[in-house]
Amino acid sequence: MTTIEQDITVSPRMLDDLKLRATTQNLVDIAYTTADTPVGRLLLAATQGGLVRVAFLHSEDGDAVLSELATKVSPRVLESPARLRDVLRQLDDYFGRGLQRFDIPIDWSLSGPFARRVLRRTARIPYGKVSTYSDIAHQVGAERAARAVGNALAGNPIAVIVPCHRVVRRGGALGGYGGGLDRKQWLLTLEGAIES
Amino acid sequence: MTATKSARDQLPPFQRVLDEHADAVLRYLIGQVGATDAEDCFQETFISALRSYPSLRDASNLRGWLITIARRKVIDARRAASRRPILVDQVPEPAAGESRDIDVAVWDSVRALPPKQRRAVLLRYAADHTFRDIAKSLRVSEDAARQNVHEGLKKLRSELA
Repeated sequence: MTTIEQDITVSPRMLDDLKLRATTQNLVDIAYTTADTPVGRLLLAATQGGLVRVAFLHSEDGDAVLSELATKVSPRVLESPARLRDVLRQLDDYFGRGLQRFDIPIDWSLSGPFARRVLRRTARIPYGKVSTYSDIAHQVGAERAARAVGNALAGNPIAVIVPCHRVVRRGGALGGYGGGLDRKQWLLTLEGAIES
Repeated sequence: MTATKSARDQLPPFQRVLDEHADAVLRYLIGQVGATDAEDCFQETFISALRSYPSLRDASNLRGWLITIARRKVIDARRAASRRPILVDQVPEPAAGESRDIDVAVWDSVRALPPKQRRAVLLRYAADHTFRDIAKSLRVSEDAARQNVHEGLKKLRSELA
């Protein structure tokens, strides 16, 4: 009876067809893919509005990240690298020191109003420079809220591309980093902001 | 609004639904309409599923939900097939390989089973249902479900031997 129980499985081509059809019919609210980079494996997710999530897979669980997106943004989540091709290309250039400024539309859906202000301000810190938690607090008009700024940065849903690694403590200590301090140090070294 | 929200909380990312149930849906469809039409039905099923997924209220039986959609696509496909003219000047292409021939023969035999046995066998081996689920689907006892699967397989074995 092996013939009837034999493994009939969906071919990759059928899945590709399905994803293409779903995309052209605007049924993929969140497309995601993973990429190996010098700072580890990243999960990247984009809505039709822009990049919504970049997660370090060595410190965050991919399934949990996708479940959070399904709950907070839309459950129509499909693995589909096509929408992220441009992001992947820019990341490659960045890690190859050929690109200093990302030109990528961002979807801020996962951040509240305060965090959004902090992250938008952070996105303007130039390559090769750093800012401090209290500077950012000052710039978003919340002088006494350096700690809240720290929390907003710790919750940065779009690591690397929204460069929260460029925010350090006053006095020069690196502060914290969701992807691990060694990654923060590595990125700042790549950018020439600190010496290796 | 709150009802949608709470239902949404339980919906897994659609990719997971695809990973877990795509093969079972395809097997079900092959058993119902044959390998050639199954592929179109498969695409139609998952496009429909994706379209209505965000408003799905109960995520506890996603396979059952998908099979329900697939069953509707099967009905559509059969209707379309019955309207299809038979072209006498076109000979169907031979199947690609030997394994495919065997495959087609198996599914043809499955389709020829008495309805209860056919559904029982398909639910068990194509859609990977438990006997308890089969019993529920066929509205019979679990013993009767086992019996239907058993009889169906016996018949297939003798036909394909």
